[in-house]
Amino acid sequence: MPHPQSFTCSSPPVDQVGVIERAKRFQTRSVKTQSKMQGLRMILSMIDLTTLEGMDTPGKVKQLCFKAQHLHDSTAGLPTVAAICVYPNFVALAKRALGDSKIKVASVATAFPSGNTSLEIKLDDVRMAVDQGADEIDMVISRGKFHAGEFGYVYDEIAEVKNACGPSRLKVILETGELGTFDNVRKASDIAIAAGGDFIKTSTGKIKPAATMPVTLVMLEAIRDHYFKTGEMVGMKPAGGISNAKLALQYLIMVQETLGDSWLDNHWFRFGASSLANDVLMQIVKQNTGAYQSADYFSID
Amino acid sequence: MSKMKTSLWKLDPAPESSDHISLESSYGLFIDGEFVESEGGDKFATINPATEAPIAAITEATDTDVDKAVKAARLAYQKVWSKTSPTDRGKYIFRIARLIQEKARELAVIETLDGGKPIRESRDIDIPLAAAHFFYYAGWADKLPYAFPNRTPKPLGVAGQIIPWNFPLLMAAWKIAPAIACGNTVVLKPAETTSLTALKLCEIIQQAGLPPGVVNVVTGHQKVGAAIVDHPDVNKIAFTGSTAVGKGIQTAIAATDKSCTLELGGKAANIVFDDAPIDQAVEGIINGIYFNQGHVCCAGSRLFVQESVFEEVMRKLKHRIDTLNVGDPMDKNTDVGAINSKKQLQQINQYIEIGKSEGADFYQLQCDLPERGFWCPPCLFTGVAQSNRIAQEEIFGPVLAVQTFRTVAEVIKKANNTPYGLSAGVWTDKGSKLFNMTAQMRAGVVWANTYNKFDPTSPFGGYKESGFGREGGVHGLAAYVKI
Repeated sequence: MPHPQSFTCSSPPVDQVGVIERAKRFQTRSVKTQSKMQGLRMILSMIDLTTLEGMDTPGKVKQLCFKAQHLHDSTAGLPTVAAICVYPNFVALAKRALGDSKIKVASVATAFPSGNTSLEIKLDDVRMAVDQGADEIDMVISRGKFHAGEFGYVYDEIAEVKNACGPSRLKVILETGELGTFDNVRKASDIAIAAGGDFIKTSTGKIKPAATMPVTLVMLEAIRDHYFKTGEMVGMKPAGGISNAKLALQYLIMVQETLGDSWLDNHWFRFGASSLANDVLMQIVKQNTGAYQSADYFSID
Repeated sequence: MSKMKTSLWKLDPAPESSDHISLESSYGLFIDGEFVESEGGDKFATINPATEAPIAAITEATDTDVDKAVKAARLAYQKVWSKTSPTDRGKYIFRIARLIQEKARELAVIETLDGGKPIRESRDIDIPLAAAHFFYYAGWADKLPYAFPNRTPKPLGVAGQIIPWNFPLLMAAWKIAPAIACGNTVVLKPAETTSLTALKLCEIIQQAGLPPGVVNVVTGHQKVGAAIVDHPDVNKIAFTGSTAVGKGIQTAIAATDKSCTLELGGKAANIVFDDAPIDQAVEGIINGIYFNQGHVCCAGSRLFVQESVFEEVMRKLKHRIDTLNVGDPMDKNTDVGAINSKKQLQQINQYIEIGKSEGADFYQLQCDLPERGFWCPPCLFTGVAQSNRIAQEEIFGPVLAVQTFRTVAEVIKKANNTPYGLSAGVWTDKGSKLFNMTAQMRAGVVWANTYNKFDPTSPFGGYKESGFGREGGVHGLAAYVKI
């Protein structure tokens, strides 16, 4: 593992104009017929169905867990989502509600969404979620420390959190909307990967802009560079702002052309989204029946 | 060599429909505002290079036809166009630009059917840029004194214009728009394999109500171009095409008072430094050489990579090449379409053989290709030296010659060590290095951290054997006025 201080100079530069142009090119791809159906089903299986609100209640979380297992029962053969994503205090409940469905429970932790507290409290937050049975931990990096140039601190913190995760997989949220430049996104990605993050994730969903295609592309390129150097795969999770099927399909194209087929699997790629599933379901029903149905035919949980 | 492409998730065909286009089965010549039949000329078929199916019959103009066209242009110049107010000239050109926009979809489909380029490119680049050139020069028509302060710009008269097959409509726009904006009249010859969009442009010109004879189009092979060049009543020759033909034109017009601009071949250096944004540079290399199947005079066909990042760049470049879709140009997901003609494919294949026999290492995308049509999947040579023919001669296809370098001084010397000088690309994150490089490259266009970007406001043209004169921008006006 490289020494954290080396991050001050080791991340390659990113050209903003070039990244935006390349990301646009994925959006000109046209996904039709069978490949569209295949893509839509893949999207469903990659969703981290999310509720992260101050007003979350046990009832709301239970409903979401039911939805996760029964996306649209009138359409046969649909996959389930990959995971439910909740605050730590709902992990045990979600675990029980999901039973043996194989749907993972992801918990945000480390003083989500700001991350502004002591390392000890953050680690306790993580341990609590893990103890309750969280399969995955979504942590936030300390953006303030990052902007202050304390990359070593950011690195160490991620490494400590990874340690506290035990067997749970760690997703590292960069909160790209607060990082300011693609160069910073790239640097934060490299730090998160080197410190042991199993996934890198764009956003908390609490800041705009959240996930965009260019920012996701910069992160995918960091994953690719790591893979080329070490042969190790790292997962990617764009979160926030991806609410329709067409855009999600374009993300899949981007993943395929940047990283390859191996990443087209929910072990390596996720969408953090609350409303994406219903639009995908609507498209699937449309592909099956030839007609769009009203949003009222798809359950909102 | 990569493995044959097998994919977990393969995109289904997404062909653009062609049922909305209107084409005649046979085209005459466009002289004095009318489509007319040739006096004694034969017809030849223009084919779809992706299927080899004939699309329409095109006329081989005779010397008599060319003479008629030049006379029509001369008469229109004397009686009408030189007396039309600059504002009115602009008005007609604006109309042409708007009509191109309105018919953009039809023109894009025809360009792709006739020339083999991917619909993505004709739809997103060729046609919008063609319209943009007409818009741009329409704006200049009544502002010429501002382009040449303290001078009185006057038109030259009749301009003979000969254009290539790689960007058929776009090249017609580059030629016609500044010429008529400056008050000249035009006899244009499109390339024999791609005449259709120039003929569709004639329909647009009719619809725009441009006075008859201001723009005339004669079709056919090289002989027709020679007849324009040799015609005594032509005041100016503007040619885009091969260096060999360009030299012939200069010889032919020596000792005449014809003015001339030539935009010829190229063998551009695309230079990647170790401090470049590598992922974006790789994308720029791809755009530089595989855009339009490499049928681009300013293609970045010589890649120079700093040795310290050579392995990384090549791994990423090959990875990216393997994601390119080659095939039906009408499919919206196609990245690399058909080679424009059988003749061109033969030339490209010949150079690939030369490269192999020179001992360079060859890498090519492995993919299924349609049974009919002319195809060459993107490829590259590594281990190339300046003394190799594939590093010296213009191939005009999707073939990249890769060399390495160590220092700035070395790469400048090697990049300039070519008879051509049309364009170059430089990739580095360091601004001072960029300015140093651009100042020392002997090339008409130098792109910094991008490649193959075109805009009507920006002049384009070459040094040395890449020709002289500029097209585009204020500079492009100078080619069509006496001052």
